[in-house]
Amino acid sequence: MTVELFVFYLLAAVTVASGVMVISARNPVHSVLFLILAFFNSAGLFVLIGAEFLAMILVVVYVGAVAVLFMFVVMMLDINFLRLQEGYMKYLPVGLLVGLILLAELVLVGGTYLAADEPAVTTTALTPQVSNTVAIGNLLYTQYFYPFQTAGLILLVAIIGAITLTLRHRPVRRQDIGMQVNRLRAESVELRKVRSGSGV
Amino acid sequence: MMAIPVTHYLTLGAILFTTGVFGIFLNRKNVIVILMSIELILLAVNINFVAFSASLGDLAGQLFAMFILTVAAGEAAIGLAIVVVYFRNRGSIEVDDINLMRG
Repeated sequence: MTVELFVFYLLAAVTVASGVMVISARNPVHSVLFLILAFFNSAGLFVLIGAEFLAMILVVVYVGAVAVLFMFVVMMLDINFLRLQEGYMKYLPVGLLVGLILLAELVLVGGTYLAADEPAVTTTALTPQVSNTVAIGNLLYTQYFYPFQTAGLILLVAIIGAITLTLRHRPVRRQDIGMQVNRLRAESVELRKVRSGSGV
Repeated sequence: MMAIPVTHYLTLGAILFTTGVFGIFLNRKNVIVILMSIELILLAVNINFVAFSASLGDLAGQLFAMFILTVAAGEAAIGLAIVVVYFRNRGSIEVDDINLMRG
């Protein structure tokens, strides 16, 4: 058992364990923290397989942005999480059934793919003489330029969508100088004759 | 070129994917955990993409994993924005309560 294999098993075990904890933790804050752990370990797996750039992107995007966003929402919303746990056991059997069927199907598909032993179709070969980041950049800005631009467009739409969804104008009092100047005495002050000894 | 067989990565991806789908079934009421399960599923897909990319010697897999990352980030942002708006309107994020359009 080589060192690489041992590291793979370690990272994979922690990833799977934290994935299970994400879906089974009682407290959603713990779920988010386990999600971060799963992302970190997946980044380690990516480094192990030689995809350094993607590993760093995974840490930056998922841990730095998505997980923090989840944490922010979980902590901002005042939710009774105990109520959400009801019916936890009700869906357990059907969930297990679907999960096992899915796993069996995936194993079957993977097994048949590997048994077919098809020759690898290489269109864009991995280049060992340059680093992973340089190779990705060389491809991304030439052959995959339009998908890259589309990804940017998707992010722009996501930004605009999220902002328009959550933006709200609170009824705050703002100074309106024109209204202040145009006020008339009649509509702002009222004089009343108050008799002494009795209320208004 | 790979010291670790691709089957190991595929198995890990399958287990993670199943965990995500199972999580959707298990937490039928909590939208936030469902969104996290979707993130797990996308992570499993990414692992498969990168594993095949390394085993076939084709960099396109890693590029597509990047695009999936983009879509996942956008999906998380929009989904959480919807959750926030929904909580503001109804005071709850239970999936069973989302039936205003049922008529």
